[in-house]
Amino acid sequence: MKKAQLFFLITIVLSALNSQGKTIRVGSAESVSQIKQAIAMAQSGDTILVRAGIYREGNIILQKAIVLMGEGYPVLDGENEYETLTVHTKNAVIKGLKFINTGTGSIEDKAAIKILDSENLHILNNQFENTFFGIYLANSSHIWIENNELTSEAEAEHQIGNGIHLWKCHHITINENKIKGHRDGIYFEFVTNSLITNNYSEGNMRYGLHFMFSHNDEYRDNTFINNGAGVAVMYTKGVKMINNHFIHNWGSSSYGLLLKDISDSFVTGNEFVENSVGIHLEGGSRIQFRENEFTKNGYAFKLQASCDDNVIERNNFQQNTFDLVTNGSLVLNKIESNYWDRYEGYDLNRDQVGDVPYRPISMYGMIVERMPTAVLLWRSFLVFLLDRAEKAIPVITPENLKDNLPSMKAYDFNK
Amino acid sequence: MTRVIRYIFNDILRTRFILFYTGFLLLSTFALFQLDSDFGKIVLSLLNIVLMVVPLVSVVFTTIHFFSSYEFIELMLAQPINRKVIFLSEYLAVASSLCMAYLIGVGIPFIMFSAGQNVISLLVIGVFLTLVFVSLAFLSSVLTRDKSKAIGIALLFWFYFSLIYDGFVLWIIYTFSDYPLEKVTLTLIAFNPVDLARIIMLLQLDISALMGYTGAFYKNFFGSNMGVLFSSSILFLWAIIPIYIALRIFHKKDL
Repeated sequence: MKKAQLFFLITIVLSALNSQGKTIRVGSAESVSQIKQAIAMAQSGDTILVRAGIYREGNIILQKAIVLMGEGYPVLDGENEYETLTVHTKNAVIKGLKFINTGTGSIEDKAAIKILDSENLHILNNQFENTFFGIYLANSSHIWIENNELTSEAEAEHQIGNGIHLWKCHHITINENKIKGHRDGIYFEFVTNSLITNNYSEGNMRYGLHFMFSHNDEYRDNTFINNGAGVAVMYTKGVKMINNHFIHNWGSSSYGLLLKDISDSFVTGNEFVENSVGIHLEGGSRIQFRENEFTKNGYAFKLQASCDDNVIERNNFQQNTFDLVTNGSLVLNKIESNYWDRYEGYDLNRDQVGDVPYRPISMYGMIVERMPTAVLLWRSFLVFLLDRAEKAIPVITPENLKDNLPSMKAYDFNK
Repeated sequence: MTRVIRYIFNDILRTRFILFYTGFLLLSTFALFQLDSDFGKIVLSLLNIVLMVVPLVSVVFTTIHFFSSYEFIELMLAQPINRKVIFLSEYLAVASSLCMAYLIGVGIPFIMFSAGQNVISLLVIGVFLTLVFVSLAFLSSVLTRDKSKAIGIALLFWFYFSLIYDGFVLWIIYTFSDYPLEKVTLTLIAFNPVDLARIIMLLQLDISALMGYTGAFYKNFFGSNMGVLFSSSILFLWAIIPIYIALRIFHKKDL
């Protein structure tokens, strides 16, 4: 009886292996020379292996559950006119292809890979050069976008689309992609329950990362560097931003991280270096800011009076021009146990906690916030005296905005 | 003229004040290097010294020196030497000794700890400020015969440029904050050598403070070659004009 069972099992396994799809090779030396032709021939489960070469086939449409794989990065050229690949399927893999020169347009969002109403796809190891939109997803779920490299060189914001653009998706993983020179590096609208890790978004025209109405997403270990306006995220709840790097987002309206109407979120272990504004928080509720490093920013933290119940705890503020500014006198947030390099208090019982509360708000920071021209007097003797006087007897700055347990030493987060 | 300058120079060195000044600068610069390892921060702290101490020392020392060498000047005037030559020699000797003290006091530690681009502009700015305030002090010295009055006037110059003027600018910015003030403030800054020096330095160091539209505007202006030319020529004018007026007064003055 046992033997019969085993035999039965082996038969099943073998037949399963047998039913595995066939491989169709595409290339100038092969019998099939066009990708379109190969897709037409393929059945679900097949693999199309595209040999190196240049393929100018206009808009390729993929509606089958197959593996489309490149060997030696075959080039799919959109000839500055077409969308190169449109995908509408379940269970497919697109791997190792190089997309160049897609068409542009202000009415139609032409993309190198456009994915519509799809499920369970893997977009792996592709390269994109001079594409309008790079990877464009709409109404899809369970998609992995990994190890792709997107580079574009547009001169103005309106001439270019987003690197990775998602609209109304859920359960998406975006891992280890490099995005350069697009409008927004990563753009999300109505994208939920997704994971964004280890991406590198540099030199994009507008935002390195931009999302709205995208709840319960997690961002880890990403780097946003030198983007036109940094990172802006809005109207979202349940965001986790952990161990990301926001570096050198510099300019008159540039932010390391702009948070508008965000609630119930975590911003932890991030690094903000050399941004005009490290974090700008507007209308934020119940967000935890912990163990972040703010270094060499213009304003490290702009905390608008419209925010409530946020916790700013155990962060390092070092070498910022202004550590914290606000625009009102109402303070509904908790600021505690941070390290401020400007703190001048003492610690008699040597428990590493300063004995006098620290007021991180510089009066002159508030004045400059209100009247930017006043920045001209920064570091003058007058301003020094004004700041001193204000520290002693707060008049303009909110009296109860203070860190009651300032740390004497910078925290070492060991990253 | 060189001979006269040499005499005055020797005289200045004999008072030892210049040596103290050099020593003070050396000591504070070294101390800053000991206290802090961040180069930018050191330059910033030194900037405070340059903006406060250098003008103050320049005005006080110059007026005191002028009145203590009053008899020497009278004696020289009895010789067949042009008044202009005597006066300019006084100016050059005082200014160059102060500049040298400054350059040695601040420059040497930086050379020892290897300097950057910022330091060169810090040195240049200090020299300019010395020239400007020495010339202002000469002006206040020839305006009156009374030593204490002259020191009072000289101190008022210092006080005015370091504090009162900024208060005035802040008041204007506050009052007219609804209007675009970029060009107005730029003009106002040109009327104060201390502010001008501070902004030139600030643009190299603390760019992060100069944000927004205003920051971009100033950076465009002062960062360009035109801006450098403009600011240095304005500082130069600030050194030339007071000493020229002082020279005119001295020329006609009944000593």
